[in-house]
Amino acid sequence: MSDSGAAAAATTTSSAGPAGFTKVDLDPFEAVPEQPGAAKPDPILAADSVSRHFGGLAAVDVDHLEVQRGVITALIGPNGAGKTTFFNLLTGFDRSDGGTWAFEGTKINGMAPHAVARLGMVRTFQLTKALARMSVIDNMKLGATGQVGESFVPALFRGYWGRQEKAIEERAEELLSHFNLTHMRDTFAGELSGGQRKLLEMARALMTEPRLIMLDEPMAGVNPALAETIVRHVAGLRDQGLSVLFVEHDMDVVREISDWVVVMGEGRIIAEGRHSSIVTNPHVIDAYLGMHHGAPLSRDEEDQVLAEAEAVIEAEKGEA
Amino acid sequence: MNWGDILTGTLRASVGEQAIIYALAAIGLNIHFGYTGLLNFGQIGFMAVGAYGVAISIHTWGWSFWAGLAFGIFGAIVLALLLGLPTLRLRADYLAIVTIAASEIFRRLMGATKFRETTGGADGLSGYNGRFRELNFIPDGEYGFGPWRYNSGELWELVVGWTLVFLAVGLTFLLIRSPWGRVIKAIREDEDAARALGKNAYWYKMQSLVLGGVIGAVGGMFWALAQANVSANNFNPEPTFFAYVALILGGTARIWGPVVGSMIFWAIITFTNEALRSGIRADYVPDWLMDRTQVGTVRLMLVGVALILLVIFRPQGIFGDKREIALEAR
Repeated sequence: MSDSGAAAAATTTSSAGPAGFTKVDLDPFEAVPEQPGAAKPDPILAADSVSRHFGGLAAVDVDHLEVQRGVITALIGPNGAGKTTFFNLLTGFDRSDGGTWAFEGTKINGMAPHAVARLGMVRTFQLTKALARMSVIDNMKLGATGQVGESFVPALFRGYWGRQEKAIEERAEELLSHFNLTHMRDTFAGELSGGQRKLLEMARALMTEPRLIMLDEPMAGVNPALAETIVRHVAGLRDQGLSVLFVEHDMDVVREISDWVVVMGEGRIIAEGRHSSIVTNPHVIDAYLGMHHGAPLSRDEEDQVLAEAEAVIEAEKGEA
Repeated sequence: MNWGDILTGTLRASVGEQAIIYALAAIGLNIHFGYTGLLNFGQIGFMAVGAYGVAISIHTWGWSFWAGLAFGIFGAIVLALLLGLPTLRLRADYLAIVTIAASEIFRRLMGATKFRETTGGADGLSGYNGRFRELNFIPDGEYGFGPWRYNSGELWELVVGWTLVFLAVGLTFLLIRSPWGRVIKAIREDEDAARALGKNAYWYKMQSLVLGGVIGAVGGMFWALAQANVSANNFNPEPTFFAYVALILGGTARIWGPVVGSMIFWAIITFTNEALRSGIRADYVPDWLMDRTQVGTVRLMLVGVALILLVIFRPQGIFGDKREIALEAR
């Protein structure tokens, strides 16, 4: 276990301020071995032997994974590693070929997506799903769970749901102002910029009052300034006591906010640990750089690849 | 050419029986397509079930009028469940295929000689609407003004029909402003987003399919009662698409869109029809171009041209919001 990693985790959590005092003192990963499938002291989500095959390809083949409560866990891996498929399986959007997983002790494998969300495990999507032809505030209000007015007969009479609607609207407005979207309240969600949509989707997910929020590439396709805002918001979620599991490609972001990093490669979990140990893990380096696609190359490698390609072209020219 | 007659006919048609029937069908489609995003290409199937439900239960089985109405609605609910159970978990296209197929199957069954004793076969059924006429409380005489002059029986039909339309509009309004309406609109925009927020999209789509189907069936029941006969030939797929035209004309996902759309649609149909006939009679339209037997076809061509122009110049329909259409294209 790396001491510097522990220190980094402690400093990030300590930024929580007075509210986060319990977490400052205790590092939940103190006794956790940095290896795939490591047991956590207080897992909010635990999965066993989750598999999904597309034809002969094992898109996901995860032996064991525990996600610790109250921290930010990053799920990283090269393109095609199965991160999004794994997300889809856990949240019920795709059907697994086998395996069991439980959220706060409740078995949720085979459960429909809406039922998973109602339990308090909510997700966002890689391609943002803003409800384009609905106003921003309606997007938000939709997120609230347990709405009386969503049943057919009570819906007809405002008396049944009017008061609840008001409370929901107030909560929605609070969240909108927290995410700096108040000025967009009544515009169509489809008119928001890409980054604003990401913020809206995150805020909308919070309307469900989740305990675990799963973000699929929350920073993808967002301009750097707004990405920085999103990073702050994600860190803020943890400080409010939520557990976060997020997929991200940008290693700077992962280093900045994640307390724990899980690495997938070819459907399996190939490494787990703090950021500092992950970046030096030979399996991870192999997965990213050994494959030469989807992963950022170093300058030297780029030059080398370019030189090889040029050599091939020259050779072909010579033959012709 | 007698422009007075043409105009009178047009104005009468805009509030007439057909306008009512198509308004109800289009209100149902508005709930399906406009608000929930369900592609129902077999609305005529629901109308046929409503119409035959009333006619068969009253005429063939001798049920009471009210029991007949209840049976028509019950039939529409059963049809919606039958169509929805296998298809609503699939992509939208599957519902479209299944609904149009089911409506054709139902029409063929009703027209089949084998079931002649129950359905009347190709001749259809009549003589089941006595009670509907008896319920007319309007004394004999002439009512209305200008082009809209009706006798007691005609007025009774229109009063009942427009009451049904207003009830359906009111129901749509109450539902759409509620959280229920918000959920079905969310499903239209993105089903998976709704699911991810804990909404049972399948169940809501089923509710929407049943509701819109029942409103379509009410339109079919009114059709059966107003026309005093049902015949399988009336229930070909065409009316479904007329109802879609009316809906788009008025503006989809607008409370009054289908109603105003249906009124304008029937005004246009009647106007082109009467104007062409009158033009031929007065020799304004030369024989080599078209004769009287071709009017029915040519007026539909003109409606088609009008629809193309509408889509080009006002894609949002009469009540629609252009911004919404722009968002849809993204």
